[in-house]
Amino acid sequence: MAKVFIYPATSLILSDLVARFGHKPLGAALGIRERIQTAGVDSPPLQITPEEPKRGLKYAAVEVPSGVRGRMAIYGPLIEEAEAAIIVTDADLAFGCMGCARTDELIVFSLRQSGIPILELKYPSNEEEGVQFVAAVKKFLDGLPKEEGGA
Amino acid sequence: MSRKVRIAQLSCGPEYSGVQKEIYEAAESVDAEVFFPDIALADVERGVDAFGLDVRSADLKLMIARAMALVEGKVDADGVFIGTCFRCAEAAIVRNELRRYIHENSRLPVVSYSFTERTTSGTLLTRMEALTTIARRRALLAREEQTGITMGVDSGSSTTKAVVMKDNEIVGTGWHPTTEVIKSAESAVADALEMAGLTREDIQAIGTTGYGRFLIGKHLGADLVQEELTVNSKGAVYLADHQRGSATVIDIGGMDNKAISVIDGIPGTFTMGGICAGASGRFLEMTAKRLGVDITELGPLAMKGMGENVPMNSYCIVFGTQSLVNALAAGSSREDVAAAACHSVAEQVFEQQLQEIDIKEPVIMVGGTSLIEGLVHAMGRLLQTEIVVPPHSQYIGAVGSALLASGFIKGE
Repeated sequence: MAKVFIYPATSLILSDLVARFGHKPLGAALGIRERIQTAGVDSPPLQITPEEPKRGLKYAAVEVPSGVRGRMAIYGPLIEEAEAAIIVTDADLAFGCMGCARTDELIVFSLRQSGIPILELKYPSNEEEGVQFVAAVKKFLDGLPKEEGGA
Repeated sequence: MSRKVRIAQLSCGPEYSGVQKEIYEAAESVDAEVFFPDIALADVERGVDAFGLDVRSADLKLMIARAMALVEGKVDADGVFIGTCFRCAEAAIVRNELRRYIHENSRLPVVSYSFTERTTSGTLLTRMEALTTIARRRALLAREEQTGITMGVDSGSSTTKAVVMKDNEIVGTGWHPTTEVIKSAESAVADALEMAGLTREDIQAIGTTGYGRFLIGKHLGADLVQEELTVNSKGAVYLADHQRGSATVIDIGGMDNKAISVIDGIPGTFTMGGICAGASGRFLEMTAKRLGVDITELGPLAMKGMGENVPMNSYCIVFGTQSLVNALAAGSSREDVAAAACHSVAEQVFEQQLQEIDIKEPVIMVGGTSLIEGLVHAMGRLLQTEIVVPPHSQYIGAVGSALLASGFIKGE
């Protein structure tokens, strides 16, 4: 089972696809879940404190807006952990969106720089493309190692 | 207990910056609630298309759609808070355009702020308080005449001012540097009462404003404790005798600057600096000290100089002081340095704050710095307009407080 970073990280469909084909999706649900299940932190709604943008300095310089650094504090460690990634570009808002275009650019760049296997796909605009989209995802995921026991 | 004021939040990034809690706390402390206007996904796409600003960040698209829902009356709110990350260019464009759009197309008061992870509820408090006041106290803010005998005290970061008013006239004033907050206020109040020939028992209502408003308000048993944005707006149009129609109020204070777009004496949009004290009265105080003149002499000195002869940037008070020292060391005249300091402060306020509100004439300058002739002249040149400095402009907060406090006289 490989750890696959999904982009957009908030995409439930993409997350589901990765899990269905036997791998572990790394996305917003995972990053946020860790925070909201941690007791003693009280900065709603995401339980992010001003410490996160400071931790984000590992991924972006101080002149980068705090919102970008705060997001990178969530996604940066997941990118480091990832063994593969699926990037869907031009996605519909309903498919999953991450809010900040600058963070999006940094995440995609970081993934490309990491050297892990990446599948980059354009968001499908019709049924035929949709079928090809899922087939491409399946093929990519089937090619990833599943030694640790699968889903 | 009155109904909570509902403030619609349009934002990108505060939850990821860890400051959403600070926004909630600031609102809560002025008995307001912050909410996110509820809209459908289809509204986002339609809204962005209709607004015509093609941004890439989805949260900014959401802000645009939410602003449209507010203006179109699909969502009810009493005020709007717009917040985006400091240093984000795309967000800054959206923030400014939405503020203008809401201001021009609705009666909703708007405040905007660019935050960092260091933003605290204390920083946001004055802005939230102003928003709720405008929403909650429209009737009080409509007051155009002072009645009875009232007193206003403005406990500012540099100076504490007190004013006694009687039957729509200023009959006593007091002014003291702010050292110990309560003592400074007591001294200013004593002077104002002495000048008026009145005692504390004669005062029918008291209003306080400024940084020390809560402490002074409690100490004096004030009837009205109010932030300086609404109070200064009211005081400015009252003293300038321009209570109806549009006006712009500029107050370059000791610690921060306020630029307020006023309609019928009520703030519409406003900005309040705060990231750096460089472009504030404090820099002019330091300049006067370095030049060896009293702050009251800085203005006339600046009027004799040519600011263009000295490069100066007061964006940061440390670098600004360096420019000052370097210019004097290089042989620049004191007059030129004084003029450059005034121009630099005016330019920073012009660039950082006046770009964020709609400037409508008359432009009224108030606060202690409005007495610095060179600064008023520099601002007038930048805005290409005749700046109005009303009488008693240095007492603006105290006058506004005394005026509004008369609404609390029993039987009023």
